[in-house]
Amino acid sequence: MSEAILEISDLCTSFGNAVIHDHISLEIMRGEVFAIAGSSGCGKSTLLREIMLLQKPVSGSIRVFGREVLGLGDMEALDFRKGCGMMFERGALFSSLNVLENVGLPLQEHTALSEELIEEIASIKIALAGLPASAKFKYPDELSGGMRKRAALARALALDPELLFLDEPTAGLDPLSANGFDELVLHLKRSLDLTMVIVTHDLDLLWHVADRVAFLGDGHVLGMGTMMELSESSHPLIREYFYGPRGRAAREQAWKQK
Amino acid sequence: MQARIEIVGSEIRMAGEWTISGVADLEGKLAGLPLSGATSVVAQDIEAMDTAGAWLFHRALQGHALGIAGLKPGHAALVEMVASLDLAERTELQSRGFLEKVGMMGWRLLSQLEGMLSFIGEVAIALVHAITNPGRLRWKPIWHNLQHTGFDALPIAGLLSFLMGIVIAYQGAEQLARYGANIFVVNLVGLSMLRELGPLLTAIIVAGRSGSAFTAQISTMKVTEEVDAMRTIGISPMDQLVLPKIIALLITLPLLTVYADIMGVLGGMIMASFDLGVSYTDFIDRFGSSIRLSAFLVGVGKAPVFAAIIAVVGCFQGFRVEGSADSVGRQTTKSVVQSIFLVIVADAIFSVIFSLVQL
Repeated sequence: MSEAILEISDLCTSFGNAVIHDHISLEIMRGEVFAIAGSSGCGKSTLLREIMLLQKPVSGSIRVFGREVLGLGDMEALDFRKGCGMMFERGALFSSLNVLENVGLPLQEHTALSEELIEEIASIKIALAGLPASAKFKYPDELSGGMRKRAALARALALDPELLFLDEPTAGLDPLSANGFDELVLHLKRSLDLTMVIVTHDLDLLWHVADRVAFLGDGHVLGMGTMMELSESSHPLIREYFYGPRGRAAREQAWKQK
Repeated sequence: MQARIEIVGSEIRMAGEWTISGVADLEGKLAGLPLSGATSVVAQDIEAMDTAGAWLFHRALQGHALGIAGLKPGHAALVEMVASLDLAERTELQSRGFLEKVGMMGWRLLSQLEGMLSFIGEVAIALVHAITNPGRLRWKPIWHNLQHTGFDALPIAGLLSFLMGIVIAYQGAEQLARYGANIFVVNLVGLSMLRELGPLLTAIIVAGRSGSAFTAQISTMKVTEEVDAMRTIGISPMDQLVLPKIIALLITLPLLTVYADIMGVLGGMIMASFDLGVSYTDFIDRFGSSIRLSAFLVGVGKAPVFAAIIAVVGCFQGFRVEGSADSVGRQTTKSVVQSIFLVIVADAIFSVIFSLVQL
């Protein structure tokens, strides 16, 4: 828990006149579950996209595994991306491939393993993500929302990344599935020694799973720390977020469990 | 550092990085290794392990009762976890026999035909409704479709017909000049453009341009549940999406055909004066006397039928989309292929009918 695996410093992003990030700095340590919270449209997902080099910030620096990633060439970017897994908000599963093929695709592209072994490793990831084996041969449009998220997670895990990005993993799930997902994230963290960056609105996920949370708003990091520390913050936006009716319920439940 | 495995005496020694990037050639090596002679595993030199490595480790030692020494606790936990996962045996998808495939294909074709017929029925009912109360017609999408299927297609339809006119005149020129029958180029260009090529060419262009757009639009809206949303709001997709397209195309395709006729004859006329020395005045004189009005009417009369085919097939295939983005592309291809096919079949039927009634 000592070494920073991801450092963002002085990051600025704007779309036209709208400033999304105004000199944001963050540090994420190896092995932690780091959550990024904030109201809709505050640039949480944009931040993830910038780290994965899907979008360019205006200025600033992003260092992952101790290496500057902004301005990497194509080959180096590929190399960097192989060490990371990303789960998109709506799954982004390839609709022409079934679940097993979806998960096996990164393996097929980037390893020289045999078909059979790829299939077995993909099956492991699918089981790890908590999908029943019967889902393997289904196509994305035959899956429920929760199963699609799990399949997307399995694909993100395919290359055994050290760093995993999850964009709104529990959005649109029923409470039961969302609880299941919380457990899954904790299980993966324990068993695979992953560092996870989660963008989420889900207060339960923030309380139960996240080691540290950064709260974005107005283009700045308004607060950063454990949920306990954040919930004692005096910033009006953060207070509103955590002390609204929903925030209170989640908080009380978390207190009871401690 | 690559993953390594070797047998020393009765010991299996494992070392290196048992990770996804390190195990590439381990798989082949493991297959040829005589593990049955060994009694223990020494694993303390394994530096790193991930799930892929853990699976290989587990798979290699499966079925052998061996003492494992020196495996780091973290790695042992990983191997244990991987071993405990329930991976159902791979189920081979059974391949279908030839007869079954043919049967399935026939069945699909039949069900598509049935769907098409019932769709035509629905369209006909909606069209009758719309005609009996025109106030219910949705004019905005009709205007929109008129512009996109008609006005926007003018340049391409005009250019292609013009070129077609040039080609016909040029190809005919050599043959006609041989008999000194230069002036008959007017009949050649006039009849072939007005009766056949004008309507057919325009229909094929519009099928490629607008038929595909209809299918893509409707199928995308269906995949994103916009069509269902429309239904829940109480807007019939038939009224909002299908009828405006059909009505607009029924208007624009005949107009485009007239335009294509003019451009095609113009192309022929220019080529005739260049290549055969038939002056513009001679051409126009001859055109008036030798091409009967019926040739033009026969051509333009086919256009509404072609329009109905293109619009109905385009919309029908759009509604048959299933689930995914992949399917949108497939339906669009199907729509264009089918509508062009049906347009040509209809044209052939028209030829037979016209020759029977001697038009």
